[in-house]
Amino acid sequence: MKALIAVSLALAASSALAHKPSDSYLAISVEGTAVSGQWDIALRDLDFAIGLDDDGDGNITWGEVKAHHAGIAAYSLARLKLRSGGADCPLHATAFLADDHSDGAYSVMRFEGACKIESHAIEISYSLFADIDPQHKGLLRLEHGGGTRTGIFSPERARQSFELERISALTQFFDYAREGVWHIWIGFDHILFLLSLLLPAVLVFAGGRWAAVERFPPAFWDVFKIVTSFTVAHSITLSLAALGVISLPSRLVESAIATSVVLAALNNVFPLVHGRRWVVAFFFGLVHGFGFASVLRDLGLPQNALLIALVGFNLGVEVGQLAIVSAFLPAAYWLRATWLYRRLVFIGGSLAISSVAGIWFVERAFNMKIITP
Amino acid sequence: MSTIRTYIIGTVTDWLRVFALASVAITGHAAPYVPKEDSLVLEHLPVRPNDPVARELRQLRAELTANPRKRSTAIRLAERYFSLANSEGDPRYVGYAQAALKPWWDLTAPPLDALVMRAILKQYSHDFSGARQDLAAATHEDPGNARAWSWRAAIDMVQANYEQARKDCLALRDIESDLYAVGCLAYLDGTTGKAATAYSALSEAFARGDDNSPELKVWVLTRLAEMSLRMGNTKQAEEHFRAAYFEPINDQFLLAAYADFLLDQGRPDEVMPLLVDWFRSDILLLRLALAEKALKAPKAAEHIEALRSRFDAAALRGDKLHQQEEARFNLYLLGSKEKALALAQENWKLQREPRDARILLETALAMNSPAAAKDALDWLERSGHEDPGLRKTAQQLKVLKP
Repeated sequence: MKALIAVSLALAASSALAHKPSDSYLAISVEGTAVSGQWDIALRDLDFAIGLDDDGDGNITWGEVKAHHAGIAAYSLARLKLRSGGADCPLHATAFLADDHSDGAYSVMRFEGACKIESHAIEISYSLFADIDPQHKGLLRLEHGGGTRTGIFSPERARQSFELERISALTQFFDYAREGVWHIWIGFDHILFLLSLLLPAVLVFAGGRWAAVERFPPAFWDVFKIVTSFTVAHSITLSLAALGVISLPSRLVESAIATSVVLAALNNVFPLVHGRRWVVAFFFGLVHGFGFASVLRDLGLPQNALLIALVGFNLGVEVGQLAIVSAFLPAAYWLRATWLYRRLVFIGGSLAISSVAGIWFVERAFNMKIITP
Repeated sequence: MSTIRTYIIGTVTDWLRVFALASVAITGHAAPYVPKEDSLVLEHLPVRPNDPVARELRQLRAELTANPRKRSTAIRLAERYFSLANSEGDPRYVGYAQAALKPWWDLTAPPLDALVMRAILKQYSHDFSGARQDLAAATHEDPGNARAWSWRAAIDMVQANYEQARKDCLALRDIESDLYAVGCLAYLDGTTGKAATAYSALSEAFARGDDNSPELKVWVLTRLAEMSLRMGNTKQAEEHFRAAYFEPINDQFLLAAYADFLLDQGRPDEVMPLLVDWFRSDILLLRLALAEKALKAPKAAEHIEALRSRFDAAALRGDKLHQQEEARFNLYLLGSKEKALALAQENWKLQREPRDARILLETALAMNSPAAAKDALDWLERSGHEDPGLRKTAQQLKVLKP
């Protein structure tokens, strides 16, 4: 008692000497009625609560932890309650691992469960170690519909409710499809590239000069081939880049896209390639796919719905493209024989497109600001 | 327990952390694994189950489980856990102690012994106002309670309420004699510009007592070392530090103060053997990393990364217990001056000891901002604190003033 009195002076001063207190790390993912998660609990805490060191040598081995896995699951899951719409979501352990956090070794338990009712909110009650260590905290990361939320549980805040935005796969799909359409509409470089390739579709190059096609079907098939090969090509690179298989610096991609527009437009004025423009569409389509991918990346890809997002976005881009083509083709076919189309739209338009794209190239390649596209 | 092995395993796991994703996701980090061998040791327990301390704790816990409202058992168990928290530096034990006091924890007027114990646990978690309130109630109820008075003094010192601390020490002198009361006043005087007087009073009282416990010896010797430093006598300070170091107990406060002394003296190589087994303690790991950085030791990077992840974990938890250390970490190991200053200022709101003033002055100097250190400069003026290092930093700051 006496020694404690004087030493207490030092102890107050040394209260900040502590190392990390007891925390558990709880990750829960809720999709519809399905619940899954991972719970990292310090072995030292589990040892205090249920006893892990069976041979009493002061060391906790993996074998000792393994022998107690059923006990760990029973003890911890009895202290975690999820409720949705007033009904329980029973949980069961699916796998056990180990991990090291900055303050020591943890038991890692993966678990799953199903709620009886899908609801707009989930209520989580956490009482792990509340009876033996009131300073213990549970750090929660809750994932739902591509969003993540965090929460801290303590005995004072043992029960918390989290709103869930109901985002169905269909909603997600349409969200991304809308973004795809929107990107084509505001992505002038893609529109101008496509137009540069489509402008000659209603003309034929014969005897060193352009003449109007005589019938609609050849013009239609020409457009069909170009649009299809552009689509296939950019879908390939969009998928590869979105899935992280290939990654290119955006400055390179954006400069290459500008170059593709310049070349496609100049090809109309000084024809080099005329018969097989679909090959050009395919080749440059690969480049444009990387451009789409960067947009998709900026939107944020939900890891749990990667495919939905990818397909939705891609189809959105196609829908946007089709809208442009279906507006362009009838008008171009109707005007194909006029001076207006052949001189002003075709030659004049192509020159204008190539000069705008030339400026984009300079801006993007040399990081300068000349015009705002 | 092989502390070296703990250290090595800790280091390896922290290397894994360095390689793992830098994100501070709440699940911690990237890769849980299934160990290949059952014999793999995952964790070392600080207290073995068959250790006499563990046996006593188990027995007390069993008694308390049988009768949770038996106050004498609850207080004894809380005391045991509290001293374990101090020797091991693990706040878990404070949680265990709090659990033992559960029937009295939320009462407005618990019995005296539970009230004092509750205050001691509250101050550990930096609930200084809650602790101070409990202690005021305790000394009001029992003016002869030496323990309550000495804890009052301790908290008043941490918060730089020197007038109040003097009253606490004087009240203590009326109850206790010699070393305890002298120690209390010397601690106060040594901080407030009378280091020489305090030094001779404390060393005389220390020499008179012959059956002092190692804990008490370490406490007095560490205070004597600090007072010597304030008087500018580094040789004498070192003698006291070394004498305290060779006492047969672990004291993290001593190790931290001794390591700081060696770092200030430009002798980082001597810090390494001192702290090599203390990887688990945040504040000692900070000193170790500072020494390693000064020596350009290869371990510096991984220890800095380990500290970073611990401070991140504390932030996730919402803890503000280590702001002084975090400020030092940011200033000297990361070079993030602005963040360091913000932390030092935040820390000053709660704790106002010389080392809290020091980091506030040093971060303000690093930011060329004397105004930012106004509170610490005022404190230095008001307290009359003598430390030459602090005074020099303050002078450098004042010169900056337009």
